Amino acid sequence: MSQRQVLQVFEQYQKARTQFVQMVAELATRPQNIETLQNAGVMSLLRPLLLDVVPTIQQTAALALGRLANYNDDLAEAVVKGDILPQLVYSLAEQNRFYKKAAAFVLRAVGKHSPQLAQAIVDCGALDTLVICLEDFDPGVKEAAAWALGYIARHNAELSQAVVDAGAVPLLVLCIQEPEIALKRIAASALSDISKHSPELAQTVVDAGAIAHLAQMILNPDPKLKRQVLSALSQIAKHSVDLAEMVVEAEIFPVVLTCLKDKDEYVKKNASTLIREIAKHTPELSQLIVNAGGVAAVIDCIGSCKGNIRLPGIMMLGYVAAHSENLAMAVIISKGVPQLSVCLSEEPEDHIKAAAAWTLGQIGRHTPEHARAVAVTNTLPVLLCLYMSTESSEDLQIKVLPHDSKARRLFVTSGGLKKVQEIKAEPGSLLQEYINSINNCYPEEIVRYYSPGYSDTLLQRVDSYQPLIN
Amino acid sequence: MATLARLQGRSAVIRNQYYYRNSVVNQFRKKENDAAIKIQSWFRGCKVRAYIRYLYKKVTIIQKWWRSYLGRQQYQLMVKVAYYTMKMNLYNTMAVRIQRRWRGYRIRKYCFNYYYLKEYLKAVSETNDVIREALEEFAEMKEKEERKADLEREEKKRDYQARKMHYLLSTKQIPGVYNSPFRREPDPWELQLQKAKPLTHRKPNIKQKCSINLSSWLECTRSRSFPQSEILPPINRKQCQGPFRDLSEVLQQRYKPLEPTLRVAEPISELKEAREAFRREELVLNIHENVFLPFSTYHKNKEKYRPSVHSSSKYGAASYGHQHFRDENPQKWVNSKCYVLMLLT
Repeated sequence: MSQRQVLQVFEQYQKARTQFVQMVAELATRPQNIETLQNAGVMSLLRPLLLDVVPTIQQTAALALGRLANYNDDLAEAVVKGDILPQLVYSLAEQNRFYKKAAAFVLRAVGKHSPQLAQAIVDCGALDTLVICLEDFDPGVKEAAAWALGYIARHNAELSQAVVDAGAVPLLVLCIQEPEIALKRIAASALSDISKHSPELAQTVVDAGAIAHLAQMILNPDPKLKRQVLSALSQIAKHSVDLAEMVVEAEIFPVVLTCLKDKDEYVKKNASTLIREIAKHTPELSQLIVNAGGVAAVIDCIGSCKGNIRLPGIMMLGYVAAHSENLAMAVIISKGVPQLSVCLSEEPEDHIKAAAAWTLGQIGRHTPEHARAVAVTNTLPVLLCLYMSTESSEDLQIKVLPHDSKARRLFVTSGGLKKVQEIKAEPGSLLQEYINSINNCYPEEIVRYYSPGYSDTLLQRVDSYQPLIN
Repeated sequence: MATLARLQGRSAVIRNQYYYRNSVVNQFRKKENDAAIKIQSWFRGCKVRAYIRYLYKKVTIIQKWWRSYLGRQQYQLMVKVAYYTMKMNLYNTMAVRIQRRWRGYRIRKYCFNYYYLKEYLKAVSETNDVIREALEEFAEMKEKEERKADLEREEKKRDYQARKMHYLLSTKQIPGVYNSPFRREPDPWELQLQKAKPLTHRKPNIKQKCSINLSSWLECTRSRSFPQSEILPPINRKQCQGPFRDLSEVLQQRYKPLEPTLRVAEPISELKEAREAFRREELVLNIHENVFLPFSTYHKNKEKYRPSVHSSSKYGAASYGHQHFRDENPQKWVNSKCYVLMLLT
């Protein structure tokens, strides 16, 4: 046997391995193949290939594993149980950038399913290596690492805290400042995932100086980046007044309103969420938004989109109006009420209707003038129709009612009172309380007149009446 | 004595008489006594009753006076209280009226100032309009940009199409597809084709797999900057002909770090650069830009004369500083003579 023949055997073996992993990786992209692959015991076959001498095979094996783990949590659990993670984590620090990317992909795919799986990744000590990967030169590696960290931090506060303790936040803030759009996007999303759990975590992100960089990127032309940036800012601002003020101090205000005109629906949604999270804290912040013309922009935005994208905008109007009567008046003069009643009548989803009705309640509850502004847009019949289908929109009617005689009259003439009396609520329930408080707004005869069975009792009285002729 | 004797003689009669009379009287004595007592008691009773009646009359008078006194006193007190409450009620209503006015005024002025609120709301609606307009403009601009980009993309595509179809261009002899001789004007595509440059033939696709592998080796961050010999050689390597050195040795040679000589490592224009650096450093240390002129008259003809700020001002020279140094008020002088300093020697 010559040396060449010996080498040929090796070459053949290597070729076969390469082909195998490549085929598996390709098959794993289709969901219908996954079960077959799993039954064929692909996990145990891929595991030794992670330690292969040829780097291409290692990378492709990691890629295939990642695709499998991405598919469902059973497979992800199989990856965890197969003791693959320590191996990945060990080689994450050692190997080249392609391997790093693939390994980070596996970690991400495993960690995204449940907190337990993410915890398993943390227990392997993956965070430290991932954080080291954030310092890599290659933007692709950074991106993959940031992505994995974001998916781990997404689940709960403890995991986020673990990510923060590994020192990821300053590096993520550095990643935001990189020129690559994809990296920026994923770093912003990771920051958003970290800061969403608790005020302390958000404070950590703020202390790393993220807000200034995030605020700068609001004007970026890339819509997906804008989405993540706005979401990160809103997750920071939602926790406390201080954090919201810090976000406002980054001078986001006239700029963020342009996002409400964006073509991308989610940019709109996240921008209105951000404004909502800021507005909900104090009357002063709401006032600031009103003075910046934010209410008008939000109202226009509500008018220009449909469905769930409207929801944060609607709630933002409610929060602003709830703070004080002047702010509610500002919402009214910004032509918010007609827009809300349009939402109320044309939205198919219950929760959006409920939000619109709640907002109308917040606007109308201050003074008779406010209540009238709500009533003149012909909202009450719509509310009434809703009332039959959803109990959720129930409490707002009360909030509109007690102040204004005109509104009350409209309520009676539109048949609202009759419907209220027809509801059979068990005594002592919340609904009964609502009904009682509605009834208290009217004289007793009227309530009785509209009660069911009143005509019967009247007729009975006619029957039992003894005439006084003889 | 005779009398005595006579009396003594009669004593028996007298005794009898006494006894007899006593026994007669004894019969009525109790009755009379009872009657006397009755009469006396009646009389005395009348007397005492009259006295008591008299006393009663007096007592009534006293009580009447006393009670009327007390009643008057109490009445006065009640009147006083009623007057006081009336007064206080009046004052209270007045105070309420004043407070109402004042509070209304104050709250309207400082808290719920209607005009201020109106103005604020007006300002808000104005801002809203401005913002709406600006946003509208922004959206329009965005749309325009997008449309422009679309147009450009389409233009590029058309250009590419024209380049691809360049062979359809008409020649001098044969009119092309787009240049029908039966039409008065050629198709616009014909003009486009005329402008377009024909596509060159595509170069044969060189397989770069090998080089990608190699570059991936190169960009490793850790120790393996070149493949080590214990790893198998890439499969798709072309069979080399002729006696060559070992692959790893060649690669080591090929990728060993560059170690230039000092002459090559230093730039060729180093002297110039050093001078430039020196000059820059000097520039940094300079206090001002103007060249310092030496103490000779040689430069005076070349350099332009620069007048001082005081003399060149168009508002005229200020007299302060060279004509006087402090305010002069001759009326306050003691005498018009100058103050002469006497020097004592």
